[in-house]
Amino acid sequence: MERIPILRMGTFLLITIQVDMHDRLAMQLQDDVTARIAEWGSGGVLIDISSLEIVDSFIGRMLANIAAMSRVLGAETVVVGMQPAVAITLVELGMSLPGVRTALNVEAGMELLYQSRTAMELGLGNEHPEA
Amino acid sequence: MSILKREKLPLKNSGDIVLARQKVRQWAAEMRFSLVDQTKLVTAASELARNTLDHGHGGEMTLELVNGLAKTGLKLIFEDQGPGIPDIETAMKDGFTSGGGMGLGLGGSKRLSNEFSIESEVGKGTKVTVLRWK
Amino acid sequence: MSKLAEIISQHEDEIRKDWLENMSRAIQRGDLMSKAELNEQSRDLLASIVKGVQVDDTGEVSAAAWQPTRELLTEISASRARRGFTPTETAHFVLSLKQPLFNVIRRKEANADELFKNIVTITVLLDRLSLLTSETFMATREELISRQQQELLELSTPVVKLWDGILALPIIGTLDSARTQVVMENLLQSVVATNSKFAIIDITGVPTVDTLVAQHLLKTITAARLMGAECIISGVRPQIAQTIVHLGIDLAEVITKAKLSDAFALALQRSGRGVVRIAGAANGVRPLAAMNAQKEE
Repeated sequence: MERIPILRMGTFLLITIQVDMHDRLAMQLQDDVTARIAEWGSGGVLIDISSLEIVDSFIGRMLANIAAMSRVLGAETVVVGMQPAVAITLVELGMSLPGVRTALNVEAGMELLYQSRTAMELGLGNEHPEA
Repeated sequence: MSILKREKLPLKNSGDIVLARQKVRQWAAEMRFSLVDQTKLVTAASELARNTLDHGHGGEMTLELVNGLAKTGLKLIFEDQGPGIPDIETAMKDGFTSGGGMGLGLGGSKRLSNEFSIESEVGKGTKVTVLRWK
Repeated sequence: MSKLAEIISQHEDEIRKDWLENMSRAIQRGDLMSKAELNEQSRDLLASIVKGVQVDDTGEVSAAAWQPTRELLTEISASRARRGFTPTETAHFVLSLKQPLFNVIRRKEANADELFKNIVTITVLLDRLSLLTSETFMATREELISRQQQELLELSTPVVKLWDGILALPIIGTLDSARTQVVMENLLQSVVATNSKFAIIDITGVPTVDTLVAQHLLKTITAARLMGAECIISGVRPQIAQTIVHLGIDLAEVITKAKLSDAFALALQRSGRGVVRIAGAANGVRPLAAMNAQKEE
């Protein structure tokens, strides 16, 4: 079955979602991410959704789940590149994805992950995601 | 309102939800809706199609290109012969945190559309209609 | 075909002649429409009504049989609206068809009860059709107004770049839901285009902030946040602050500042920048070395 590829970049995982996912694919991704974090001991997950033109409540919950599960496994998640139309629609839908950190693009997202990783290593505790 | 074009799509499995999204996107783009409006239409369709599948045990979606008094619009109708919704008012409340999501789908779809109506009878089925004017 | 339909269709020409001749000058509006066009509109409308009555003589204009007539009337009404006819003139155009119809029916229908029934049918039919013209008129106007409003909205929400990665959005006037949509679209598109992490929404020009306005602001802030940009609200006047507290509006995680300058300073700080004073740099003349040191990466 087709899967969304998960790339390993040092201690981080990079996931680029480019297809209109059907439900099974989304569930598979959730499973795969948690498996990879455990397998590679990753400290951060970057999800690039700049190609996603639709994020409905199902996908939204998937993103929130990935962030929550990864955190339990010790990894921070950052979602980057949400399109303006998608952001406006999500907000109207009533989803604000609390607990999901966001950044403008991959670069900014990586920076966030490095910062939070450094904070953790310096013993500054689990940085709580800002709204 | 007069109907200029109509098409029906089955909603029997999760693959159909993707097809439904693509079909709505295609119609909305042809009708030259703005990008934000297209996104709202497709997202509402996705929510309601999923409801039809998950809670209505499958059904169908109808797309209609309608003509109002001085405007055109895209109407989407989601019908199923499922268990129906006993308490529509509660179902319309946003139930995001409860995790089930049906409330989110209905209330959210209403906010994403210009017009919204729902008919449901326990044991008979449900019919949700949304419309966005251009 | 019913008797009424028969009578009308047999005397179509006579009815139309009577209608046109007795249409008062005031309704004709020779200045807006030529006689030839008026003739054509009358002919088309009457023919359509005759056809309609042949299929359905109950006066129920919402029935499918009357669809062509409704469409024709909608078109006539919209085009007249665009030309400058008042809704009353267009309604009278339709209503003045009553008398000619009554005249013919009275001649051809001897039975008093039948006559009464037919007059009622005609009256109901034409009343409803003329109401349709009014509705269309209003709808056309509303559509025009809403388009103009949209254009105005887009012009009145500029997005200004204060610095690399810092945008400012001064909002002047009330923030209703239509405005909020435009504000969000403008802001988010600018965020992407300028790669800005900070957006300062200045509400000095917003007269009142009630629960609804606060909701709209929160929506905008949330949408920006989902994209990875942070919003700071500035221009919060003392009265606004009081209102917000009194209404119990929860701005929990929103950063608010009274002055735009404070918001700007905060944004600079959070993006790892500061403003420094350079020694010997009065009057805009800066020592070269200091200028080079100042160069932003």
